[in-house]
Amino acid sequence: MPIKISARTVKREFLERLEKISGQNIHKCFQCGTCSGSCPMNASMDAFPRKVMHLAQLGLEGEVGKLNTCWICASCHACNVKCPRGIDLPRVMEALRLMALRRNVDHINPSRMASDLLRECPQIAMVAAFRKLTS
Amino acid sequence: MKVSYYPGCTLKSKAKNLDESAVAAMAALGVEMEELPRWNCCGAVHSLADDDLIHHVAPVRDLIRAKEQGAEILVTLCSMCYNSLARANLIMRDDEEKRRTINLFMDEEIDYQGEVEVVHLLGFLDQRIGWSTIREAVKVPLRGMVLAPYYGCTLQRPRDVAMEPPGSFQMMRRLLEALGSEVVHFPAADLCCGSYQILAHPEAAESSSAVILQTAVQAGADALVLSCPLCDFNLGKRQASLLEQGRIEKEVPVFYFTQLFALALGVSPDLCHLELNTPSCISLLKQKGYPFDLDEAERV
Repeated sequence: MPIKISARTVKREFLERLEKISGQNIHKCFQCGTCSGSCPMNASMDAFPRKVMHLAQLGLEGEVGKLNTCWICASCHACNVKCPRGIDLPRVMEALRLMALRRNVDHINPSRMASDLLRECPQIAMVAAFRKLTS
Repeated sequence: MKVSYYPGCTLKSKAKNLDESAVAAMAALGVEMEELPRWNCCGAVHSLADDDLIHHVAPVRDLIRAKEQGAEILVTLCSMCYNSLARANLIMRDDEEKRRTINLFMDEEIDYQGEVEVVHLLGFLDQRIGWSTIREAVKVPLRGMVLAPYYGCTLQRPRDVAMEPPGSFQMMRRLLEALGSEVVHFPAADLCCGSYQILAHPEAAESSSAVILQTAVQAGADALVLSCPLCDFNLGKRQASLLEQGRIEKEVPVFYFTQLFALALGVSPDLCHLELNTPSCISLLKQKGYPFDLDEAERV
């Protein structure tokens, strides 16, 4: 589907907030796609990290919000150590998550998790998942 | 020698096989791992937002406990604990503004400035014990076993807390070679296993885990060796599910490095809690014909 870029869809304050929370300069990204290639979770993403960066550069908050990319990211930092522009992409993904979570919408629900998973998984899985995916 | 030790939550319950085998192995080398008094959860993951300091409080509190003990270094075992403690420590050492805010927030605690060094046990073995000492202390060499060191994410990333540079897997290789086994490098040694996404997006995490296991088999590994309870869950305990779905072709035994370390040093297999690993681990050790008494572990 074509993406409309207009004064109505481009949100400058979205980009500013994203840069403030992540501490990253989003415009440093030159779209090489190294992050997408090194991401071990990319097969499950609606769009690769490179595209998220591009949409964010354009301030397209609505388009970024439709994608599951930041919710699939496991903060493994594979992209971070390979980025030729030195962008800490996991921080950008975290900022995107927080901007949604701070509106009080959780992205994980224990009552919908498989009971064997809940019983057997190590504590660090639980703590990490709730830290990253709930408000 | 005595050293301050932070075990973390999982090691006291579901990953007893990581905790107890390490403490026993180090005792066999004459090092007492002294558990930190009143430690709390490290938070498991590091907060990546510039405006979120509250999540650094838990790991910093642990570091303050270590400082109160007069410890210069704090040894950790779990890769996630290592990562979150080491990163919180860097903030306290290098970021003046955040350090001031966090210290002010915890005004009941002594001020902390990153004085304690967070060290993973592998780093401790490398820098303070030495591989030749370990080689000499080995009582049951693990000859004939081909092992694949698996580092995952948190031992090497991000770079500023990397135990060794990303792409280098020397410490675990040297340890396993010192124990007498053969070591094979496989190209998925630092891929993410899916981590906590096993709870939110199990299919995505399982795809990642399957790639790692398949790559290790293709490289000719008899078993995978790691140091993270979450990796052990995704790559070890979830294997039955991966097999059932046809995502992997055969079982791959997954050990904590401390279990093989302890066994080779002659520690009783009871302290290695092999019953908490998948059954393929005991089968492999039996098949290789090592003189360990594994019947007890098998019965549990």
